[in-house]
This record gives sequence, C-alpha cells and structure tokens, in this order.
Amino acid sequence: MAGKILLEVVTPEKLLLSQEVEEVIAPGSEGEFGVLPGHCHFLSSLRIGELRYKSQEVWRYMSILWGYAEVTPTKVTVMAEVAEKAEDIDVGRAQQAVELAEQRLLAGGLPSEVKDAQISLEKARLRKKIADRAKHGHS
Amino acid sequence: MPSLQSLRRKIAAFKNTQKITKAMKMVAAAKLKRSQDRILAARPYAHKMRGVLRNLSQRVNRSAHPLLQKRAGRKVEILVVTSDRGLCGGFNGNIVRKSAEFVRQCEAQGLSVNLSIIGRKGRDYFRRRSWAIRQEWTGVFDKLSFEHAIDIGGDLTENFVKGTFDELYVVYNEFKSAIQQRVIVEKLFPIDTDVEFGSDQNLPHDSVLGGSYLVEPDEGELLSALVPKHFQIQAYRILLESAAAEHGARMAAMDGATRNAGQLIKKVTLYYNKTRQAAITKELMDIVGGAEALK
Repeated sequence: MAGKILLEVVTPEKLLLSQEVEEVIAPGSEGEFGVLPGHCHFLSSLRIGELRYKSQEVWRYMSILWGYAEVTPTKVTVMAEVAEKAEDIDVGRAQQAVELAEQRLLAGGLPSEVKDAQISLEKARLRKKIADRAKHGHS
Repeated sequence: MPSLQSLRRKIAAFKNTQKITKAMKMVAAAKLKRSQDRILAARPYAHKMRGVLRNLSQRVNRSAHPLLQKRAGRKVEILVVTSDRGLCGGFNGNIVRKSAEFVRQCEAQGLSVNLSIIGRKGRDYFRRRSWAIRQEWTGVFDKLSFEHAIDIGGDLTENFVKGTFDELYVVYNEFKSAIQQRVIVEKLFPIDTDVEFGSDQNLPHDSVLGGSYLVEPDEGELLSALVPKHFQIQAYRILLESAAAEHGARMAAMDGATRNAGQLIKKVTLYYNKTRQAAITKELMDIVGGAEALK
C-alpha cells in the first residue's frame, strides 16, 4: 500500500510522536476506529485505551488517557491528556499500580472514591497491558 | 575635586549595586530555564489545539456553539499581558506602547475598546492614565499554574458569550529565545480561519473546504467540552510565553546593568587612584620644599 499518514501525538507536557505511519487504530469514545490514508475528516473524543499504529509493517502501541483525535486524509492529530509509549512504561511499576488500585477498589468507601478507584484500576491495567506488549516482542 | 573619602564611598556603592544586579541575573537565569522548559513543552499541544479549532470552525455550523459565533459587533477588548515586577528592560514598556497604539487604531475605526490586564505593571500604567479597565489579574506569575489559565479563560469565555465584547485581542511578549522577546498581537475571539499576526508560520492548514466533519460523540457534546478547553489552553500558553519572556528580558537587563556597573567602577577607581597619587605627590613636594628651606 502506497499511502502514508502523518501521526502526531501531543500531550500538554510535550510532543510525543510525529511520524509517517501506514495505519492507526485509536480508542474513540464510541468505540475503536481505524484510520488508513485518505480517511474522511473526522473528529472524536478519546477514552482510556490503547492507540496502535503500524509503521514499516510493525505495530507499535501507546496508552492514551482521554483526549481528542482529529483525522484528515493525510494526517492524524491526537491530543491526549496523558499518553505514554509502550517502551517508556515501567512494567514493574505498572504491575504495582494495578495491585494498589485493586486494593483501593476492594476497600470500598464513598461512591466517588470507588469511582476514582475504578478509573485508576482501568488506567493501571491498560498501562500494564501495553507494557507487556512491548516486552513480548509484539512491537 | 571630590575628596578621597567620597570617592571611596562611591566605589563601594557601585560595588553593592553590582552585587545586587548580578544576583538578580542569576535568579532570572534559573527561573528562565524552568519557564523555558515549560513553554517549549506546552507549545505543540496549544498549537495543535488551535489548528484543530480552526479546521473545526470552518466545517461546523458556527452557531452550533456560543463560543464559535462571529458577531458583527463593534466592541473590542484588549487583553494586555505584562509582568508583576519591573527591572526587566523594555519588557513592559514595549507591551504598553503597542497596546496603546492598537487601542488608538481601533478607536480610529470607530470601535469601542475595553482593556483587561494581566500583571501589576500594566495595571499601574493604565490606571495612572485613568483608562477604563474591565478586569485585572495580578500576582499570577508568582506561582503560575493551569488554575490561573482556567480562571482567565473562564472569565473571557463567559464575557464573550454575554456579549461584553465581540472581539478579543491579546497583546503579549512571545518568548523567542533567552535574549529575544517579540510583542505579539493575537486575536483570540472569535476564532479566525485566516492567518493572524501571530508567530506560527507552519500551521498545517489544508485548504480543502466544504465536506462536513464526522464528529463523535455528537457535535454538541464534543464542542462543549473542546471549545472552552481550547481557550484555557491558549490562555495558559500565553501566560507561559509571557513568563518565560519576562525572565529572559530580566536576565538580559541585569546582565547589562552588571556590565555597566563594572565600567563605572573601573572609571571611578581610576579617578580615585589618580587623585590619591596627586595628593601624595603634593605632600612629597611639600616635604621636599620644607627640607630645602631648612638647609
């Protein structure tokens, strides 16, 4: 396939990625969506999830916690609140975070606390998953 | 001829001043480093956001969200971003001069102009000249955080929706490099699709017009989250630009002051030594003259 799209991922902290890729799959708030070159104009909010992109026939992974994605035929701009590349995530710490969040969830408490705990568990599990992917040579 | 003692005092005073300016330079340099990192990190996100909003406002119906409206009103507001502290060279002077000039331009076109001001220096300047100031924020640069941007962005969006103004321009110092600042006049409201006075030349701006956007979840929901956020982000970026520029300007100003103090010290010291030498020579002449007389 000839075409390529420019994928740019920015967070309030920095420009995380700017690269020509062949395909992107992003976690839209209404479900995952895939983008190939020549996609129509599209704007979506993002939920907590995994962003995949294929560059030189290799899939790479990235964690996204909320944000927006703008798609044009030649370009995908992801504005994430928080984003991390798989290879930057520390698996040990991610595992710890999962356990901590699980404990917090079990401990219960006010509804708002439970909600917080659920979200942090979701975040922690996602980071763990993505970190594992990077480790097991998927990328 | 000034006495030796008064010269000594003068030298001591210059040395003290030099110590102070040197210390201020060091402090500014340390702060500059930090604020420079912050603005450089925040820029890509803010610029992308603006790009998206520009594309978006071309493609959606502008009445879809109150903050996207374009009104034909004649009320202009100018947000002047200055610093809280002085001793930073032309930093504030450039801003207020540019603002005043811009106000006159607008008034010449028959627009009514209001001011809101960030920073103590700008407030003092315009207050002394008893210009009408709608809103002022001071002390934000002491501990600059995103909260301030939410506060300022919130006030601006609220007043735009209320119709306090139809257009808003921001006058601020852009951080170009550690020793260079540039005064920028930027239009914040309404979102404009054409290029502005601002700096970013390389905004990707695809000219393919028409063809509506697919938006997910529904348009209203997305816009009401995204658009206010855009203004907060832009306010934050502008505050960070100004903070970094301020520290840069102060560092340069204090560097100059230290150097000037050094030159003055050199000059006065030379004069002091000459005077001292002259006094000694005179005394010697007296002694020699006295000895001659005794022979």
